Amino acid sequence: MTVPIWLIVLIKAIVVLAVVITTFAYSMLFERKVMGWMQLRPGPNRVGPWGLLQPAADAVKMIFKEDLTPDTADPLIYRLAPFISLLCAMGAFAIIPFSANADGTLWAVGNVNAGILFVFALTSIGVYGISLAGWASGSKFPLLGSVRSTAQMISYELSMSMSVIGVLILTGSTALADIVNAQQRVWFIIPQIIGFVIYVITAVAETNRAPFDLVEAETELVGGFHTEYSGLRFGLFFIAEYLNMITVSCLATLLFLGGWNSPIPWLPSTGLMGLVWFLIKAGLFLFFYIWLRSTLPRFRYDRLMDFGWKVLFPVATLNLVITAVVVALMPHA
Amino acid sequence: MRKNLFNVGALFRGFSTTFSYIFKKKPTIEYPSVKKQHAPRFHGLHELRRYEDGKERCIGCELCAIACPANAITVMGAENAPEDRRSPGERYAASYEIDELRCIFCGLCEEACPTDAIVLTPRFEMADYRRGAFVYAKDRLLVPVEAGVGTPPDERPNGIPSDLGGVARAKDTVDITAGYEATNRGHILKKQTRGLAG
Repeated sequence: MTVPIWLIVLIKAIVVLAVVITTFAYSMLFERKVMGWMQLRPGPNRVGPWGLLQPAADAVKMIFKEDLTPDTADPLIYRLAPFISLLCAMGAFAIIPFSANADGTLWAVGNVNAGILFVFALTSIGVYGISLAGWASGSKFPLLGSVRSTAQMISYELSMSMSVIGVLILTGSTALADIVNAQQRVWFIIPQIIGFVIYVITAVAETNRAPFDLVEAETELVGGFHTEYSGLRFGLFFIAEYLNMITVSCLATLLFLGGWNSPIPWLPSTGLMGLVWFLIKAGLFLFFYIWLRSTLPRFRYDRLMDFGWKVLFPVATLNLVITAVVVALMPHA
Repeated sequence: MRKNLFNVGALFRGFSTTFSYIFKKKPTIEYPSVKKQHAPRFHGLHELRRYEDGKERCIGCELCAIACPANAITVMGAENAPEDRRSPGERYAASYEIDELRCIFCGLCEEACPTDAIVLTPRFEMADYRRGAFVYAKDRLLVPVEAGVGTPPDERPNGIPSDLGGVARAKDTVDITAGYEATNRGHILKKQTRGLAG
């Protein structure tokens, strides 16, 4: 008797979701701990040993808080927005391969041959969640936040896609598995170092994290797009933000850091060991995010746009052109 | 702007600073379980002292009440009865109340007192849910006979006030109730809290 394919996919999806949500919960704790250490504090340590139960306590708090809707809000869109954000953030995990067996079977829910496009499409739609939330709140600070979000996304997604196209040219495929397999000898961070730097910068902007968290900007906009949200609806945005962080960390690992390929040549890079390598790389990238947040102050709005359009975009384009020319001139090995 | 953006050296220094801070010793004191040792003459909760023979030092002269810039002290003096002498002098404080919510912990009462009866101790944990609980009368101010009678708080063994003395050895978990034993005030406070809850 063969197990029907839909059942396998369902089980895979449930496992990935459970793991991802747990990762979210503990990446939040990890962030608070690391930020604390960097600011000479011990970080949360009251709930459970070393504060390990803090995510559970936070979840309980979120669930029991009152769910408020402002009078001036557009009720339908106001309620819909967090779900758009969360859905898009979670959807990306459907195609991210975490490892592969020796025979090439991927550890992923689905293998899409246009994987990278799928992820970018989803993250782009995810911005709608933020923009709509700010717009529908019927309040001035969220509105400013949503306007900023829109402007920021326009100026960053372009450079981000440009930085990734270099990798796609080198691979000749948009499937994430092909991209990783093409990095078995040399990780793309070496030929595509410019692309990698641009990707890292734009990924921070893409996920609205410090120093590009202008969309939330506590000091100026109270909470930006989520000022009016409370309780579980705010929680959904929160989850979406962290899931996006994890997504771009995974993407950076897949595109530039060799995915599940072992950094040490004589160690295996398939199966469980592949997963370990993948997690280490993605984890380091997550750590870098936190490090960035506790080091750099927030950019001014106009400077961010200036930087995006006048620095990142030309450099990304140049990188793309050079890569294309080099690949075209080199004889195929 | 360009200059700042491309100043990679500054970026590098910033990142190395934050990274090195991860491994630095954290100055946090885990307050309820570990307490900071205050300076011996920290201005905290008041205390009414006794002489070595157990007699109260306060003679009910009300100089502290006059000196108090916050009008926090109310003293009612009375004549000592010959068969039950509370203080060595003619008079003693029949009632002595300090409103700790008004008090600014300046220590002027301490300086005004001719017999060194009223002193400030380093005790600072006075929080309560009721306003009334902050008016400290003689039952809570007067030092119990068993707690280092005759010595001022900053000369008592184990430092002062007995419930904070020697407390802040780092990594030490302190049994607060044991510390309060010496002056009994903790028990009184605890009883009052129970009365509120029950």
